[in-house]
Amino acid sequence: MEVSYIIETIIKIIVILTVFSALAGITTYFERKVLAFMQRRLGPTHVGPVGLLQVAADGIKLFTKEDIVPQNAVKPIFMIAPVIAAASAFIAMAAVPFLPEFTIPFTDYVVRPIVSDINVGVLFVMGVMATGMYAPLLAGMASNNKWSLLGAARTVIQILSFEVITGLSLIAPLMMVGSLSLIDINNYQDGFWLVVFQPVAFVMFMIAGYAETNRTPFDLLEHEAEIITGYATEYSGIRWGLFAIGEYANMFTVAFVTALVFLGGFNDLWFIPGGIAIILKVIAIIFFFMWVRAAWPHVRPDQIMWLCWKVLMPLALVNILITGLVIMAI
Amino acid sequence: MMDFTNYNNRNVSADYKYIEIDETPTLWSDKFKRVMKRTFKGELFVGLWVVFREMIKRGNSHTILYPLEKLPISPRYRALHEIKRLVESGNQACIGCGLCEKICIANCIQIDTKYGSKGRKVVRGYTINLGRCIYCGYCAEVCPELAITHGQDYENVSEQRAHFTSMSELVTPMDIFKAGKQEQYPGFGALSDNADDNVKKTPLAY
Repeated sequence: MEVSYIIETIIKIIVILTVFSALAGITTYFERKVLAFMQRRLGPTHVGPVGLLQVAADGIKLFTKEDIVPQNAVKPIFMIAPVIAAASAFIAMAAVPFLPEFTIPFTDYVVRPIVSDINVGVLFVMGVMATGMYAPLLAGMASNNKWSLLGAARTVIQILSFEVITGLSLIAPLMMVGSLSLIDINNYQDGFWLVVFQPVAFVMFMIAGYAETNRTPFDLLEHEAEIITGYATEYSGIRWGLFAIGEYANMFTVAFVTALVFLGGFNDLWFIPGGIAIILKVIAIIFFFMWVRAAWPHVRPDQIMWLCWKVLMPLALVNILITGLVIMAI
Repeated sequence: MMDFTNYNNRNVSADYKYIEIDETPTLWSDKFKRVMKRTFKGELFVGLWVVFREMIKRGNSHTILYPLEKLPISPRYRALHEIKRLVESGNQACIGCGLCEKICIANCIQIDTKYGSKGRKVVRGYTINLGRCIYCGYCAEVCPELAITHGQDYENVSEQRAHFTSMSELVTPMDIFKAGKQEQYPGFGALSDNADDNVKKTPLAY
């Protein structure tokens, strides 16, 4: 293995870590603003110009807070759970190509903005993101708090529900592409978007993505009206911050994967170069995350199981069947 | 015999209507129909549109930027007490009757009186423990001289409990009184605007 390759990979990792950690903070600002405007409020306004420095204030507050571990909590597991949340979110990004290939200006060094182009990219991303559900599970079990325990129980319900859909909804588009590598999937969509051929799979994947990132219609784990903050009830300071970073990093991963698999990825869009096109798509998906959070109510745990197992799974199977028949006929 | 019809009518208005809740379906086919109806009714998208419409409206915020903007409060709002001065003499209107101390359900008023040089009762000390006061307004209501009223000043925060007791802060300051700015009647326990019309002659005048 060449030295330059190792150095390049390390630089990529550092860039991804820093960029997405920062983006997690900035996204909280935009989420608060978007939610506020949708609910006829103002959101953060006082810290810095139009409240932009609120992110810094919140960050300083989180990172300098006292690190509290509850008395009867299972200490090592309690302490390691947030790390799982953040780590799995960032590990999942290893197989995601964020931008098209580009050459560094004034040199002929070609950079591929993906840490590792493995040939099972989608499978890897989905698998690692699902592993991230261990974080709320362990956090809730270790916290010695009834709300946390309920949050942990709901984690299990959630993972049992959405995990069916993520896989089955992706099989149909993957059958068309014939590869699990996200770069292959992206290159396949040159000139058209897979969502045109797989609208049902797209909707189901979005639903599964919302459940996977614990976003609002399916944020059973936190559900502040019912179980305080669920698994994160006992967390504060930097450990809670790691959960938050993990959640927002997961949002970005889901947004990138959705854009790559269904919305044409980083292929050029009319006059828009591919790199900007995928960023616009991701911004649109992230905005939709916030939009949905402002508009829609939560579902109950039994409703999400009902939805995933009784409605979406048969639908996904029918979708796969029809896709298979069409592929065979062509 | 009294007619209780109007009292027993619990409807808010004539066009009060009940929301009809569908029976829970038991048949498989009915359940399926309900799922389909709910799925394709588009209510979710109505919700999305409503919040988006509110987002893109300009100047749509309902937020009051509190320290910079304040809402007007009702003239009957019961905020910090005020002790009035008599318009004629500038003396405190309080005659030291002690009714407010008796009626106070939070036991926060303490009044201390003595005989003055002219043989009249004068108030030696009057304290309201504002940290304990529940702002019920009984003191203002019971006061025969309308000496103690509730004002409009609700921003009485302090780091020290001692700041919540002194009478000197409650009595209208002399400079404001001399400038004729003591607002006599807008607070709680006030006379009505047409109070003069309601005055009747005392029996002695007949």
